[in-house]
Amino acid sequence: MFYREAGQYKTAYATDQRIFPILQDRAAFTALMVAAFVVIPVTGNDYWFNGLLIPLLILSLATLGLNILTGYAGQISLGSAGFMGVGAFAAYNFMLRVDGMPILGSFVLASLCAALIGVLFGLSCHRIKDFYLIVATLGSQFFIEWVLTKFAWLTDYNPSGVITAQKIVILGVAFDTPMRRYLLVLTIVVLMTLAAKNVMRSAFGRNCMAVRDMDVAAEVIGINVFRTKLTAFAMSSFYCGMAGALWAYAYVGTVEPQAFDLDRSLQILFMAIIGGLGSIMGSFLGAAFVMLLPIVMNMAGSAMFGHSIDAGIVANVEHIIYGALIIWLLIVEPHGLVRLWQIGKEKLRLWPFPR
Amino acid sequence: MNVRMLVKRSLAGAALGLAATMALPAGATPNEQYFPMIGWRTGPLTPLGVNVAAGWIDYMDLLNKRDGGINGVKLTWEECETAYKVDRGVECYQRLLRNGPTGASAYNPISTGVVYALLDRTTTDKVPIVTIGSGRTDTTDGSVFPFVFPLGTNYLSTNTVKIKFIGMQEGGMDKLKGKKIVNLHMDSAGGRETIPLLDAQARKYGFEVTHISVAMPGSEQQSAWLEIRRIKPDWVILREWGVAPAVALKTAEKTGFPLNRIVGVPFAGTEDDLIPAGSSAKGFYVVHPMPTGEFPVTQEIRKHLYAGGNKGNLQDMSRMGLIYYNMGLTYGVLNTEAVRTAQKKFGNKPLTGEQIRWGLENLNLDEKRLRELGVWGLVQTIRTSCRDHEGGGAAKVYQWDGAKLVQVSDWIMADKAITRPLIEESSAKYAKEKGITPRDCSKE
Repeated sequence: MFYREAGQYKTAYATDQRIFPILQDRAAFTALMVAAFVVIPVTGNDYWFNGLLIPLLILSLATLGLNILTGYAGQISLGSAGFMGVGAFAAYNFMLRVDGMPILGSFVLASLCAALIGVLFGLSCHRIKDFYLIVATLGSQFFIEWVLTKFAWLTDYNPSGVITAQKIVILGVAFDTPMRRYLLVLTIVVLMTLAAKNVMRSAFGRNCMAVRDMDVAAEVIGINVFRTKLTAFAMSSFYCGMAGALWAYAYVGTVEPQAFDLDRSLQILFMAIIGGLGSIMGSFLGAAFVMLLPIVMNMAGSAMFGHSIDAGIVANVEHIIYGALIIWLLIVEPHGLVRLWQIGKEKLRLWPFPR
Repeated sequence: MNVRMLVKRSLAGAALGLAATMALPAGATPNEQYFPMIGWRTGPLTPLGVNVAAGWIDYMDLLNKRDGGINGVKLTWEECETAYKVDRGVECYQRLLRNGPTGASAYNPISTGVVYALLDRTTTDKVPIVTIGSGRTDTTDGSVFPFVFPLGTNYLSTNTVKIKFIGMQEGGMDKLKGKKIVNLHMDSAGGRETIPLLDAQARKYGFEVTHISVAMPGSEQQSAWLEIRRIKPDWVILREWGVAPAVALKTAEKTGFPLNRIVGVPFAGTEDDLIPAGSSAKGFYVVHPMPTGEFPVTQEIRKHLYAGGNKGNLQDMSRMGLIYYNMGLTYGVLNTEAVRTAQKKFGNKPLTGEQIRWGLENLNLDEKRLRELGVWGLVQTIRTSCRDHEGGGAAKVYQWDGAKLVQVSDWIMADKAITRPLIEESSAKYAKEKGITPRDCSKE
């Protein structure tokens, strides 16, 4: 009933090709954008921006990047955090060494650097796939971390190896408050998400999915498998690189290589899997689940128990519940949160008589 | 605790919490000083997180129960779990920032990574961060970092204490000439921090220093120790933590390097690192700015918090008096003394973070005061100023006898003449990068 498309006719190709073909979806999306760009900046506080929304958006972007590679092109990677690190350190060095470099320019160049490194490591996908490729990307993760700690030039000979990110100033406007940084991150994430959505609906996106579903068949029908995989590596690393630069500049403000360790790669992979592989929206849902749930449980735990029982027990119980929830979710719905969302929509469409 | 009780408690707790938030009338500020505690009770460094929190909470609890708080202002605190992750630490910082009647008093993040991430924020939010025995060394220069306090002994100071101790063992600093020292360090930000200092000291005293790095987490050190065997150094400085020190000591024993020629950093040689190694670590020296053992204050805590079947925050009583717990006590002492100092200027009422910052910058803990507090021997004399946020700079040397740490030296004072220029160089660089104009300390 709520999702009935009856009466919504498509009379032109343009209407047929819309991202949201149904009016209800368009309305919901518009409402979401208004909320994100207008309502939240007006009503939110620093905790919302700094503590929750900025990291959430950045991790969603990184998850989206991994989803392009893993979800759409079928190449599982454990190197996302490494590429984030490349983005962060490259942005710092462009800002440091090029006079008058605009910050957004350095972000884009840094992301291109990450893409280049991604392609370099992606070359191995010509010969190997599946588990062997995972191991190769794992190698890239350790290699990048090693390079970032080993060569002092990259950190401007800072003895402790920690970057102090420069200030963000765009066209004379300093992005120095959490709210402004949130808006900057939000704008970049929305634009890049729209771009990803459209690219994945293009011929390239379909090539990716063909390669993912069966690479031999894809080759038989004339798709250049190697080039498709490499392009996916490039695009994915570009997104991760941008996420890394934003992490350094808009979120923590200082960055050490350890911020981009294997744990972060695994976290991003879990976000993609829990959210739903091969889905743009799933990236956001997965990031929200993995990042926010522990925080929500921690708040609930300390609000309920306070000083009354040992804080260590509360903290450990949170971990247990969190792990159990993930296992339960993946048993009930292996396709991730986005599948639950689709089922919900389907039921709303048939409401009041859902199956 | 059984499940039923847990459910019951959680329901009751939720109801209480709800009632409390609704019942609190606007405008009535409780007479409380609020401390946010961003720490951890899970994750890779659980023993550190749990025991430091216990010592710190027990000390604040002691002041509440014995003295009714500080000059009538009750101490309150709230824990936030980070699992030793930097991003969770930032989230916790933001979450607790404005809680309590006057907001956060001072943050003590313990984790160096979190300290780096909070450096800028604390200046804009006007809340001090205290980094006792951890953190970023150049924050000692208070003219550039007004809100950061590496109280006690920073990494560079600890390191000069090690060199002084080595000099004492050799029979004088002039005997260091021609000696070979290996700096075996973790390949991380904190691990590399002492390299420039050791190079400067090597030039000054004429010893030869070789820096050998160990990749995190340091569970494989065979090649490093083979290189050490090839160099045949007179001393090895062990700048490792986590699982690494135990591996290092075992590998040293295997390659035949004498353990009484190794001097470790504080986090390489707490009881938690050494008890598992047992007698195989015998002879190993460690430098500790926060000593082990029981002091008069420990007896007070036993009397007021643990006597008669009561329970403090420490679950495992065998931990009382060990390094981690004593670190927690030191956190408690220095933070509350800062509150007391600030109260002298601003009055005996709940104070804001900015007012406590003043207290931290004007701390003066001499022998008399430390004896009054019952922490003489546990906490070193500390006197801070705008220029010097470290305030102390001494450490004691201990040797592991196979079962416990045995004190082998009294407080050894750091060689600040050599650390200060390095600190100022680094802080000036930071100020330039960030566009900070340093305060003029002569006017403070």
